[in-house]
Amino acid sequence: MIVRLRNVDKVYANGVEALRGLDLDVGEGEFLSLLGPSGCGKSTVLRLVAGLGEVSSGRIEWSGAGGPGSQPTGDIGFVFQEPTLMPWATVWKNVLLPLKLRGLALDEAAPRVRESIAMVGLEGFEKAYPRELSGGMKMRVSIARALVTRPRLLLMDEPFASLDEITRFKLDNDLLALWARQQWTVVFVTHSVYESVYLSTRIAVMTARPGRTAGEVTVDGPNARDEAFRTSPLYNEYCRNVSARLAEAGRG
Amino acid sequence: MRDLEAAPVGRVAVRPWRWGVGRIARLVLPPAGVGFAGLVIWEAVVRLQQIPIYILPGPWLILKTLVKDWGTLYPSLLVTLAIAGAALLVATVAGVMIAIVFTQSRWIELSLFPYAVILQVTPIVAIAPLIIIWVKNIPIALLICAWLVAFFPIVSNTTLGLNSADHNLLNLFQLYGASRRQVFWHLRLPSAMPYFLGGLRISGGLALIGAVVAEFVAGTGGTQSGLAYRVLESGYTMQIPRMFAALFMITCTGVLIFVALTALSHLLLRTWHESAAEREG
Repeated sequence: MIVRLRNVDKVYANGVEALRGLDLDVGEGEFLSLLGPSGCGKSTVLRLVAGLGEVSSGRIEWSGAGGPGSQPTGDIGFVFQEPTLMPWATVWKNVLLPLKLRGLALDEAAPRVRESIAMVGLEGFEKAYPRELSGGMKMRVSIARALVTRPRLLLMDEPFASLDEITRFKLDNDLLALWARQQWTVVFVTHSVYESVYLSTRIAVMTARPGRTAGEVTVDGPNARDEAFRTSPLYNEYCRNVSARLAEAGRG
Repeated sequence: MRDLEAAPVGRVAVRPWRWGVGRIARLVLPPAGVGFAGLVIWEAVVRLQQIPIYILPGPWLILKTLVKDWGTLYPSLLVTLAIAGAALLVATVAGVMIAIVFTQSRWIELSLFPYAVILQVTPIVAIAPLIIIWVKNIPIALLICAWLVAFFPIVSNTTLGLNSADHNLLNLFQLYGASRRQVFWHLRLPSAMPYFLGGLRISGGLALIGAVVAEFVAGTGGTQSGLAYRVLESGYTMQIPRMFAALFMITCTGVLIFVALTALSHLLLRTWHESAAEREG
């Protein structure tokens, strides 16, 4: 287990109750999707796990080198809904940023930046500025930046939601290939049943606001997922099952 | 992740620093043509209507006067330019520093910003005589007047820019444990750059206006300085063509300051900001 959320409530300053009594376990090496309707608090869960917000009540427990309760800041990578790149910096400088903020020497950081850029297939674009890239390429830069610290836990907040379907399918496949190779733990927020089934080893279905986990589905699909899985009866069966859970959660 | 979208989409979207003859001609010829036509009409009207030169001299006479009186006007231009340039420099340094102080705390901004507004809205012609009385050194007094007019756009725009950093990027910096100093240098300052440069362009013109107004006030009191004094002096002695020549020099100086600051803005933003980069297609 990497992180465990217990009975977490989150009420924002404006009175909006985003989460109520949320329980969630994130296991080492799994690909967990948080699935739920818009506004159910999925992104809030990620922000709390990343330490970008405080829980109103309940607790978040970490396991690992820092011991229970301490958040391993350096071990987390975050990919936002939008690419969130610095427009004034090149691809290279955007990916370098997390290492630069940690004060890593350039000769130590450069090979890691190069490796991350290669991982997302953007070699040759190191000197390009974000405005020169397509939406999918910007998102790849954002993923490369999250990977450059070699995180133990990768948090992804609907990263492909604004992309067209063809690009999204490609990035889904690439993400799965990277995950299989790198063995990180991924928590992926989505409101797409199909995407969650295709990507995940486990899906946590959330209720409408105030969000809590209403059920879980373990996806025992093939290890190497591809177009054959996407069109298989097994995939359809999982999608039907997850949709039913989502509908149940919506009814409360 | 190779081969996906491998085509270099939008790879040539950034406008290179190219100022060919054709491009300059496209930018300069239309306004120059309009200006030339206006001068021709002006000259024709003056000649045909036989307007006396103490009412309205023609542009040709003004040009001849400019050449003839260059020895008097040029040193005055340097004085005005020095005051406007120094005021802009001080306004830039002080304006950015004030903006940085404002963004350190909402309370500081709330407490001090109204006074910056008060300084901005108080007519400079009303307080220039006081400043000239209080500050015995005339160039310093003129510099203060020009600075008072010029600093506000830089303070206002830079404060807005420093507060406009992308919230997700702020979250990202927080996630990676960035210090306040790192957030400032690597995020807030670059985010503020387009706003700052917009303010600088406005302040460039205002610094000149502030310098000229202050020179007028000082000149009315009998103190010689700059082009505005030449305008006053020419008016008193009915040398109207020289008055227009001095006025023409002030206008040209303002245009040159604007062009120089626009070029600086383009140079700094052309690789990444929408205001300076070329539209695709």
